[in-house]
Amino acid sequence: MKLDSKIPEGPLKDKWTYHKNNVNLVSPANKRQIDVIVVGTGLAGASAAASLAEMGYNVSAFCFQDSPRRAHSIAAQGGINAAKNYQNDGDSTYRLFYDTIKGGDYRAREANVYRLAEVSANIIDQCVAQGVPFAREYGGLLDNRSFGGVQVSRTFYAKGQTGQQLLLGAYSALSRQIAKGKVKMYNRHEMMDVVIVDGKARGIIARNLVTGEVERHSAHAVVLASGGYGNVFFLSTNAMGSNVSAAWKAHKRGALMANPCFTQIHPTCIPVSGDYQSKLTLMSESLRNDGRIWVPKKKEDAEAIRAGKLKPTQLAEEERDYYLERRYPAFGNLVPRDVASRAAKERCDAGFGVNKTGQAVYLDFASAIERYGKEQAHMKGLNENDKELVIKLGKEVVASKYGNLFQMYEKITDDNPYETPMMIYPAVHYTMGGLWVDYNLMTNVPGLYAAGEANFSDHGANRLGASALMQGLADGYFVLPYTIGDYLSGDIRTGKIPTDSKEFDQAEKEVQDRIKKLVGNKGTKSVDHFHKQLGLIMWNKCGMARNEKGLKEAISEIAALREEFWKEVKVPGSANEMNPELEKACRVADFFELGELMCKDALERKESCGGHFREESKTEEGEAMRDDENFTFVSAWAYNEKPSESELVKEELKFENVELKTRSYK
Amino acid sequence: MKLNLKIWRQKGPNASGKMVDYQIDEVSPDMSFLEMLDVLNEQLISKGDEPVVFDHDCREGICGACSLHINGEPHGPGRGITTCQLHMRSFKDGDTIYIEPFRAKAFPVVKDLMVDRSAFDRIIQSGGYVSVNTSGNTIDANATPVRKENADAAFDAATCIGCGACVASCKNASAMLFVSAKVSQFSLLPQGQPEAKERVMNMVSQMDEEGFGNCTNTGACEVECPKGISLENIARMNREYLKASLTSK
Ligand SMILES: Cc1cc2nc3c(=O)[nH]c(=O)nc-3n(C[C@H](O)[C@H](O)[C@H](O)COP(=O)(O)OP(=O)(O)OC[C@H]3O[C@@H](n4cnc5c(N)ncnc54)[C@H](O)[C@@H]3O)c2cc1C
Ligand code: SF4
Ligand code: FES
Repeated sequence: MKLDSKIPEGPLKDKWTYHKNNVNLVSPANKRQIDVIVVGTGLAGASAAASLAEMGYNVSAFCFQDSPRRAHSIAAQGGINAAKNYQNDGDSTYRLFYDTIKGGDYRAREANVYRLAEVSANIIDQCVAQGVPFAREYGGLLDNRSFGGVQVSRTFYAKGQTGQQLLLGAYSALSRQIAKGKVKMYNRHEMMDVVIVDGKARGIIARNLVTGEVERHSAHAVVLASGGYGNVFFLSTNAMGSNVSAAWKAHKRGALMANPCFTQIHPTCIPVSGDYQSKLTLMSESLRNDGRIWVPKKKEDAEAIRAGKLKPTQLAEEERDYYLERRYPAFGNLVPRDVASRAAKERCDAGFGVNKTGQAVYLDFASAIERYGKEQAHMKGLNENDKELVIKLGKEVVASKYGNLFQMYEKITDDNPYETPMMIYPAVHYTMGGLWVDYNLMTNVPGLYAAGEANFSDHGANRLGASALMQGLADGYFVLPYTIGDYLSGDIRTGKIPTDSKEFDQAEKEVQDRIKKLVGNKGTKSVDHFHKQLGLIMWNKCGMARNEKGLKEAISEIAALREEFWKEVKVPGSANEMNPELEKACRVADFFELGELMCKDALERKESCGGHFREESKTEEGEAMRDDENFTFVSAWAYNEKPSESELVKEELKFENVELKTRSYK
Repeated sequence: MKLNLKIWRQKGPNASGKMVDYQIDEVSPDMSFLEMLDVLNEQLISKGDEPVVFDHDCREGICGACSLHINGEPHGPGRGITTCQLHMRSFKDGDTIYIEPFRAKAFPVVKDLMVDRSAFDRIIQSGGYVSVNTSGNTIDANATPVRKENADAAFDAATCIGCGACVASCKNASAMLFVSAKVSQFSLLPQGQPEAKERVMNMVSQMDEEGFGNCTNTGACEVECPKGISLENIARMNREYLKASLTSK
């Protein structure tokens, strides 16, 4: 198989404009004859569904939650990037492009990333026009903050609830189209399969989660905006329902899965506290603007802290190891996520971890509180040497910036981060891998598109903070609406796609059979029992550090566990009712296949790059070592029932505008 | 710790439901409330019983999916939190906990503790938006400064998560806090002005149509709201409504 990424001709900065000017259009009258299915109502799906409906297409949108407003995007905290250069700190489209390519460790496509940077500014304009209440300065203009891996302030935010505000913006646009009848919204519906007719995506099979009914829906094109698959690890910062099934069903029907092993492990999450743990909570990266990360310099101190004999606040400045500031003086606490996560693991593995389990480091706000307090005292003409006053004022500033995050932390841990440093540890957060798409966001299956976290496109081997929201909205508001028309222009005479074809019959039957098999299984163990074990294998062997031996073991362990799952899983209840255990079982069955493929992908990529760290490929100082000569490509995998025997298709990456360099944040 | 649970079980929308007793041991104070229910469900599954159904997704207090009425309070004891943020350290060994769905005519039960809150979506569809198409040609975001005070107040109103606790806490099952939060967000921003009149009229009329009760200013909603949405929003909406009705004919 050969992959054509369909990158337009011309210089990098003109490609998108050129492409927009040359794609085929569909006239307004013809758009009314065309149906589009959008699976997912997160930032990518809601923005796509709303925009396509505004343009005149008939859209059907699906989500498994009870309302589109609850998609996982709602949980994004820290912010969204855009090259507005409002701070006049030297930002530009090129710099955002460059930072994203470099942050992704040179494993993303130049043309896609440039386009992302180019439309980023429009996103902010669009959202403000919708009434998204971004944070503002006293002069009434928009405020910015910085995120890891960059040296400019280009992140727009709404306290620690940026995802919520952006999603509610997209949800309101979607609601407006639902009211107009241009979008038919299917809440509590789960896509169970894609239907391919004559080689083209022509619909989906969905299960109504309330009644259990299996339904057929047809369309001229299908957009998957179903989010990421971090939950393959069981524990992650993703919402409980986040899953790979929609993307995996597409993969099974021929769509290639690209770079599945590229997982982002976020450095600042609340550490695991017990076996009952159902998910992990992120503490936004924005905290690294002001929080300083450290562990004790001396092992004895770390041990005393773990034993509860010493408090972090009792350790003097000289007794602390601000290891990020020490190792990476240029970026300090704001190194990219993969670098920060590995550094935390390195310290904890070396015995310097600080909570009971030894799997935690400190994120400390004491210096920030003091700095802000002094600043405030100075501005207000008060005594800068009054320690108590300074701390009080400083706490107010910190509360205004991170109040809800501090509150969230305290709710979960019962510790007050204004008084004692937070404890954090890396956790699975985001998946850069996903369905392979070309420049038009179309998978290799004609008419099947993937947007948002579900595709692999823009972040290479590591995503920069605040760039997922940007990408989701770029895909949905500004890219798909153009590119999908080019394809649909060929469908203006097709007419409605019938759902009584043999392809629909067959797909529906397969879905029914699978459901029957799960519900009828005479097993004894719950779905979670298997999911937890799978997660553990993935975390230990395909997590922050990977090696050949571990990955090979993981592949056979997963295959064995998958077999046991199908024999031993117990799904109570019936298929004709609301049955969350059945939903979970269907999703976990797909995670098993995905997990194996992730290990295979990680095994074949013998270099370290971004979030993918192969222990065999590192420098003497322990930093990740890329191998550009042999691995400057996207790994796209074709489905195989035994995922570890999948066929690899390579898309070579060409860098014409940036020079490949060793990523250094020192 | 050990706990006695009394949980509402209801097979489906039309079935009649009842409270059922369960016992659960080995509850850790660091568990979240929903993790405690996960543990109970694992027990039920291993015994061959059907697990308790409840809505949840983010488990960090932002999606608005979780919706339990715990010991007579929406989202349980504790202020400014959702059910998923409630931790078992708020209870003690031997406690009996009553767990019911949110109760309101406009929120029919789907199954067990899960209710249908689509009425909220329909209220937003009736006017909870600014009518602006995606274009890439809207004016520059900084072309319209917004007083920080107003931007912050609009943000505070916009943090409503659509959970419905306000409705569940209200003896009239009124949705005023939810609706007024959306109306306020837009009324505080310049972008919301052109449609202000129609918005408030349409949203209020949809709210009535959905079968929510009237607001009699008891203020229970503000107390139970996990996001601290303030009653000031209701006052602001009433002003908007009055303004709109005076000028609409
Ligand atoms: C805690 C947290 C904080 C984050 N903070 C930031 C941040 O500050 N900045 C940033 O840029 N990024 C952040 N991210 C990442 C970002 O939030 C996500 O990558 C992004 O929101 C994904 O959006 P999406 O539209 O692709 O998918 P999602 O928002 O995950 O939406 C998926 C949609 O698909 C639907 N769906 C899935 N499967 C099916 C199916 N089979 N059938 C029907 N419907 C289905 C769901 O119902 C849902 O509507 C954060 C992520 C997490 C976990
Ligand atoms: S106003 Fe408060 S209680 Fe009511 S839906 Fe919004 S967040 Fe929930
Ligand atoms: S599960 Fe999302 S708010 Fe509780």
